[in-house]
Order: sequence, then C-alpha cells, then structure tokens
Amino acid sequence: MKNDIILSGVGGQGILSIASVIGLAAVENNIFLKQAEVHGMSQRGGDVQSHLRLSDKNIYSDLIPLGKADLIISMEPMESLRYLPWLSKSGWLVTNSNPFVNINGYPPVDEIIAEINKIKNHIIIDADTIAKEAGSSRSGNIVILGAASPFINIPFASLEDAVRKLFGRKGEEIVELNLKALKAGRNFSAQ
Amino acid sequence: MTKLLLLGDEAIAQAAIDAGLSGMYAYPGTPSTEIMEYIQSSNEASVRNIHREWSSNEKTAMEAALGMSYAGKRAMVAMKHVGLNVASDCFINSAITGVNGGMVVVSADDPSMHSSQNEQDSRFYGKFAMVPCFEPSNQQEAYDMIFDAFEASEKYKIPVLLRITTRLAHSRSSVILKRTIPEKKLCLPEDPLQYILLPAIARKKYKTLLATYEAIKFDIRISKYNSFKDGRKRDLGIIACGIAYNYLLENIEDIVDDIPILKISSYPFHKDLIKDIAHRCKEILILEEGYPVVEEGIRGILDDGINIYGRLDGTVPRDGELNPAIVAKALGLPVNCGRDIPALVKMRPPSFCKGCGHADMFTSLAEAVKPFGAGRVFSDIGCYTLGAMPPYNAISSCVDMGASITMAIGAADAGLFPSIAVIGDSTFTHSGMTGMLDAVIKNSPITILISDNSTTGMTGGQKSQATGRIEQICKGIGVESEHLKIIIPLHKNHDENVRIMREEFEYKGVSVIISSRECIQTAKRRKSSETSND
Repeated sequence: MKNDIILSGVGGQGILSIASVIGLAAVENNIFLKQAEVHGMSQRGGDVQSHLRLSDKNIYSDLIPLGKADLIISMEPMESLRYLPWLSKSGWLVTNSNPFVNINGYPPVDEIIAEINKIKNHIIIDADTIAKEAGSSRSGNIVILGAASPFINIPFASLEDAVRKLFGRKGEEIVELNLKALKAGRNFSAQ
Repeated sequence: MTKLLLLGDEAIAQAAIDAGLSGMYAYPGTPSTEIMEYIQSSNEASVRNIHREWSSNEKTAMEAALGMSYAGKRAMVAMKHVGLNVASDCFINSAITGVNGGMVVVSADDPSMHSSQNEQDSRFYGKFAMVPCFEPSNQQEAYDMIFDAFEASEKYKIPVLLRITTRLAHSRSSVILKRTIPEKKLCLPEDPLQYILLPAIARKKYKTLLATYEAIKFDIRISKYNSFKDGRKRDLGIIACGIAYNYLLENIEDIVDDIPILKISSYPFHKDLIKDIAHRCKEILILEEGYPVVEEGIRGILDDGINIYGRLDGTVPRDGELNPAIVAKALGLPVNCGRDIPALVKMRPPSFCKGCGHADMFTSLAEAVKPFGAGRVFSDIGCYTLGAMPPYNAISSCVDMGASITMAIGAADAGLFPSIAVIGDSTFTHSGMTGMLDAVIKNSPITILISDNSTTGMTGGQKSQATGRIEQICKGIGVESEHLKIIIPLHKNHDENVRIMREEFEYKGVSVIISSRECIQTAKRRKSSETSND
C-alpha cells in the first residue's frame, strides 16, 4: 500500500489540521508516514502545501516525486492546479470550489473550474456551504478531508477517531461539529 | 517502547530532553524555531524546570549555553543557518575553550531560501571551527544522534554541531524514544584556565583542538553514522550525504543491491571511506544537500582518472535544495512528471495579514517619503520586509539582522538626506541597539522607524525581548526625548502619522518613531485564549 497525498491551500486555511487528522489515524493503524510541511514566510497569505506520504513499507523521501501523487486535497481551487505536475495519471483531485482572492489578477473562477474538469478523477465541493450547513463555518477543511476520505487508504472510522482526538481538548461540541463536517464531506463524494 | 510522530525539529528537542538537557537557548528563526517551542511546551521540561527562555540573539544564546556547559550541565543552542553567523564569534572560540558539560549546537540550513537571505551550508562552520558535525538523514537518526553528540561532546570536551535542512526540520515521521538520562550536577571545570583564551593559553588549547579533530574520526559515536554498502555492479558508486540519501533510495529502491553506496552523516570522516568506494568503482556521483562540501574535498586539482559527478560539474544543479526529481536526473533515470501547471495559475507570494499594523505604517511611510524621492528607506529582517512588495514598494534593502540602522548611517555619511531605517521590535533588540548607539554618538541625521508589533512575528509569534522596553532603551542609548515619537499605525491616524514622519525626516540628528500596534495574529490568539479561559 502506498498513498501519496498533496495538501494545498493558502497560509491559514487549515491544511495542517487535515494533515494532523490523517497523521493520527495513520499512527493508530501502524502505517508508515512522512509529512513535509511549510512553515515560515509563505504562511503569511502565500501558497502552502504539505506532502503527506503513507505506506506499509519504510518511506525514504520526505517529498513526493513528480507524477507519483495519488491524491491532491486542496482548500482552494487555483491552488489545486499548482500541484498537477505531482499528480499521477490515475490520481484524484479533491478541491474546495471557493476561491481565496488575495492577489491581483486572480483568474476567473469558471476558467479554473474548466481546468479542473480536464482532470479525469476530480471532485469539486463547496466546502464552505456544507460546513455552514453542518453547523460550523470553520470546518471547511474537515469537510474536504471527508470528501477525499474514500481515496485515502485508512478506514473511515479511524479518521473519525482522529478527529475526536485532535479536537478533544476543545470540548464535545466542537468534536461533534467536526465529525458532522467529516461525514457531510464523505456523503458528498459518495453521491 | 514509546513512539511519537515528530517534526525533525521536535525529534531533536525530545532527544535533548531525554538525554539530560538542563538548558535550551535559542533565538527564533525558520526552520529552527520549533526546537525551542517544543521544549517550552513540554511537560517534562516544565517539571524538571529545564531552562527554556528565548535569548536576545543567537550570540547571547550560544554564550549562555557555553556558560551552562562551563557549570557542568548539558546545554543545547539552536538557530537558523544565518544565526550561526551572528553566533560564530563564540562558536569558533568555544571549540578552543572546549566544554565541560556536553554542548550541542543545532544549525538549521534553508537551501532554496524558502525563508532566508542565503543558502549557506553549516557544514563549513563545522570544519572552520574544527568540531564534529552530524547531518541526520531522517527524524529517528536526528533523535539518536543527539545522545551521541552529548556523549562525544563530554568525552572530547568539544562542542558538537548538528546540521539539518528545511525538509528534515519541517517533516514529520515517527520516532522511537530511548530511555531518559538524568541531568548532570553542577560541577566546575577541572582546569581553572580552560576558558581563559589569553594567547599563551589559547595556543596550547588550539594544539589540543587540532589533535582532537583528528582523533574524533575514529570514535564510534561519530563514525557509526557513516556506512558503506557494496553493490553487485561496480560502474557507478554513489556518495550520499544527510537527507540526500533519502532521495537516492527513493529512486533506486528496486536496484539498491546493484549499487555501491557510501552514506555520510557525520564529519570529519576518515579518508579511507572515500578511497574504498573509489577503488571499487569507475565513476562516483556525489549527492549532498547544500554546498559541494564533500565534493570539493574529494576532487583533486590533479584528477587521477576516476570520473566524479556532482554539483561542480553540473550533474546536480549548483544551487537549490535537492528533491527526488533532481536526483533521478543525476542518476539518468526518467522523471514521469504529471500535467503541466495551467497557464492561468498565478503566483501567490506572501503578503501582510489583513489588518496588519506594518501595512498601515508602510502606507503612511510611502506617502511621507514621497516628496524626498525613492531609495532612502533601509529595512531589515521580519514580516515588514514584505514592505518591498506592491503596492507599497517602500524599502530599498533587507540584508541582515540590524543592518537597517547601520546602512542608514552609512548612506547618511555619504550625504543621503533624509536617510531612514525601518526595523522591527525583536530585530531591534537582536542587533539594532548597537547601531543606534553609533548613530547617537555621531549625531547621524537619520530617522529610525521601529515597527513594534510586540512579538517576533515572521516565525509565528514568539516573545519579543523588546516588548514594553523600546522607549526606555532608546532614551538610555541617548535618543533625545523631543525626537522620540510614538505613533499608532491605524488608518484613522494616517494624516497625523504622515505629518510626524515628515517632521522627523527633516530633523538633522537622530530621530526615532515607534510605530506600535500588536501583531494581528498574536492578538487574535490572545483574545481566543482569553475567551476560552472565561
């Protein structure tokens, strides 16, 4: 088993929380894991990505080789396209449909969607709305994780356990909201 | 058996705690910051009361670590690569004084300059100071090396350097912990002259250092991290240093039995290691993250027949960090790149956070400076370096910690008037105060704008030594009260702030404007923790 995942977004969008949930679940399942993050300057509103590698064997490189990613999980539609050189031909792209516009000349959203539609395996999800419907507008990242979960080689129940663990400190209410968000994302992909 | 999922930085921190650390010293700097942060948030460190406060800069941190080591206890000091430049005076001399309690220096290099001004390679500093240098290839090795580093440091009475790079510092993997070692007791050095580097003593100590640097090559604690693995084919042998070993194995996992590989993860190493692989193979490829340190050592002026490939002949690019694709190309393997990035994808450079006080300050500064013309604002290292980006385009320099003030002095000496420095609060107490003293003593006609957000912002909001002290410091250094102004960088104060700036630019002596408003990120965090505590 090998699962190479690129998480992408803009600094502050919560991609590291997605990585933490997958990481906790991977450790519980005794899966080897390496996860490279971006800290520092880029976190100030720049593009950020994390390379997350899961395997049943020892993993060498902290970075995913070009053309080898099985999955791109993106908090932002334009950012999902930035990592296409890493996506394998059979890989999946799961992205939020809501743009984060903090630069001049941000391309028209319909043109971005048209580019995403060229990828054979893709899911575009309005995570912001679904998160709001699930009760927490701040859980968009967990919604997207739910939507991507069918393509991650970890049992869904383990991801739920990891959400409980990660948000446990913030109280039962926050845990429930995030579990609902995870499930809502999962249901979206199942449709 | 305890197994934790840790960043490389965190593995180093956890190892130090487990290896009996008594004092951690650091100044924040990407990609090293998380080492101190991990120790500050560690329960174990708090129970043992391990020293874990930030220092004013890397030099004060290194000196304090040396002091703790003098008193017989284990100390660690961590910094980013350019921080080692600041600390180098103490670092080089600490190799000559030697240590008492074990002392480990962690320098985190940033090849490809993700968050830095250069991509210098700290292994050079190891050689320069003549101290052992470890270069872990993964998080577990980083953890294990700290134990050996402390032991070797105490056995040979020498500080030990641990060099990591961004990818290891900020990549997470599981790490198996060892049994904890108790802290050392307070114990002064046996030789009362050990730390007194008077020339007569230093000459003797230097001879000792030269001998030690030879001897440590044979010490198992250091040499065990270098290993040779033979291969069935003898055409190409590969030398892979530190994290480069991972990119190599990523590419040749299936054919690893064919290829002779020398893995280098500690320095200095015995030259027979290189001779062995060279005698077996027709050609040698050298993969190293950073400068061609090993390659330069191996390539002779008179090459003796064997072909050597690496960064110097262009097989591997001369600059930038390695990755699996670069190593694949160097090995002559195909790279199966996915689709190209669509042309519509725009760059998204870092920018000021919404509501940032630096941004309001730069808006006012840009207007205030307009009548005098461009090219007269010298800036410094921090979030406010983003004042270089549009729409502000407000600064003309960013060189090293503190250089804003001193470059403004030099330009003023040359006749540039007004000459303006913009420096953050934490950078000011790191390296700006001495420059300010120079300016005061010769009454330089400069304006120093201290953009005070009460934190060390770029690295994620660590405590700033300057908080609540800037005004007093400026007055103490000798800035006149009439020309020490405090402004609040808010949109509603814009006109008033522009007026104050212009007034001070016109003054033919040292004037200081403290532009003071809390970092929007730390303010947010503070407010949310205050509400959750209610």
